[in-house]
Amino acid sequence: MRFPIYIGLKWAALGLWSIFVVAPFLWALTTSFKSDNGVTQGATYIPWVEYEPTLEGWAALFRDPAQGGIEIQGPYLASVLVTAAATFVALVLGTLAAYGLSRFSFRAGPMKNSDISFFFISQRVMPPAVLAIPYFLLLQNTSLLDTYVGMVIVYTTMLLPIVVWVMVDFFNTVPIELDEAALIDGCNPLQTFFRIVLPNCGPGLVVATLLCIIFSWSEFFFAMTLSFSNVQLLPPTVVILNSNKVPWWSLSASALASVLPLIIIAFFLERYLSRGRLARAFK
Amino acid sequence: MLQSRYKYVFLWPALIALLAVIIFPLIYTVLLSFSGWSVNRIGLNWVGWANYARAIIDPRFWQSMGTLYTMVALCVLFEYVLGFALALLLWKQARAGRFFRVLFIVPMCVTPVIMAVVWRTIFHETLGPMNDVLGWFGIPPVNWLSTTTPAFATVIIIDVWQWTSFIFILMLAGLMSLPHEPFEAAQIDGAGPIRTFIHVIFPLMAPITLGALVIRLIESSKLMDTIYTLTSGGPGSSTETTSYMLYIRGLREFQIGYTASLSILYLIIMLVGLTVFAKAMTRMMRIAPSAH
Repeated sequence: MRFPIYIGLKWAALGLWSIFVVAPFLWALTTSFKSDNGVTQGATYIPWVEYEPTLEGWAALFRDPAQGGIEIQGPYLASVLVTAAATFVALVLGTLAAYGLSRFSFRAGPMKNSDISFFFISQRVMPPAVLAIPYFLLLQNTSLLDTYVGMVIVYTTMLLPIVVWVMVDFFNTVPIELDEAALIDGCNPLQTFFRIVLPNCGPGLVVATLLCIIFSWSEFFFAMTLSFSNVQLLPPTVVILNSNKVPWWSLSASALASVLPLIIIAFFLERYLSRGRLARAFK
Repeated sequence: MLQSRYKYVFLWPALIALLAVIIFPLIYTVLLSFSGWSVNRIGLNWVGWANYARAIIDPRFWQSMGTLYTMVALCVLFEYVLGFALALLLWKQARAGRFFRVLFIVPMCVTPVIMAVVWRTIFHETLGPMNDVLGWFGIPPVNWLSTTTPAFATVIIIDVWQWTSFIFILMLAGLMSLPHEPFEAAQIDGAGPIRTFIHVIFPLMAPITLGALVIRLIESSKLMDTIYTLTSGGPGSSTETTSYMLYIRGLREFQIGYTASLSILYLIIMLVGLTVFAKAMTRMMRIAPSAH
């Protein structure tokens, strides 16, 4: 039975939640075009009506810090570099391990394949706050503190569990007959993996890649505690802007610019996530 | 299963990397926890159980645990109820669903700390839109970030904004992969929407519910980024979570040895808590009303 009241309530609920979801983005967007008079006299929302919009907030991102600009381009580039490198390394190591766990049987004492997979995934339990001190000392002793290599190593291990989780599940859906046929045709296991199995794993690789990008782009704790001057990553930079009393318009513009790639990723991620693939991982 | 002597080539690189970068630090943390490493005294000098003895009676530590788990419980509860409800609303929406699905998963994709910077301006006492909007309804302004209960609520509101999307997409994926037969059976039996939910949907969704809740509990137990940006654990120490406290003790005050012992305690409590929770939930779901 479908009552009109029920349908009305349903769309009202969806509408309300949509407003809640977009509100912070809209607020940041409108704030990014403000100047003094739009901010200091209480909250204003509509440009031209409540305040006179300017491009100052956005222009500051492109100006030299010496001329009153915001130091954001360097950290942006640094974040792109670390994210790309860590995602790449984690994907290579993670898919290899996931393929191994999906196709061969391993035994280490009482540990079997499922235990090893669980061991990988269980590393997500470790709070960064617990790891930060040993990481700090470890990187300091190897002179990798505050270097790109050090950050990529830390980020890669943070991403490995995610890649293994997504890819083991995915490889399990690719029929093993495919591998067997390739092996009979004379491929060695590595060739089988790279030439035959991997090209059939597009969707799994896309999900793993997108999740890696989201996690490493958004990582804050390690970025804050393990890098300071040599490597400056985006999230701590924006947070420092916040405590340095940077005006709201530049702050909002840099926040929006920082999350924009992730909003685009959300669009792609939805296609893959809502197809039930994720749900199967729990069964 | 395939057979090959090459099999270790696949597993070992990742396993060795993980062992080196997770297990070594963990063992090192255990060693540190028995040492008096601090600003004045650098190095691993054995102090026995002194750090643990101090940790166990540290009221600040237990308070931070209480704060953390109150926050986590409230956040995950709201996120589960809202996320599941939204998933149910969009479950049978084919066309308009796409638009809302994309919109609803945006929060879980964007950087928590950077959004926290934006939220700080939203909850600003005089210039932020939150108090302004409340003013339209005649509600007096609230000092969101500088009074205890509102600061606590702010953290929860932001967490719910961010992570309801995660529960939503998991539950939606779960709903979409449900088999048709139980629903047809329920329809033939003349079950209404509420009874279908209680007797068919809820039990069938039990495994994915458990998975989603455990993941959220794990991730939210690390709660720290937002707190750091938003309240710095304040006012007083009312929003200080364990991770935040560890950060202050360890990397600000440099009480390395003591912080290591707090970390180990925190980890043990977290693991025991999660195991107990997962066991209890599994048992509860097994006796839950079922369609069969």
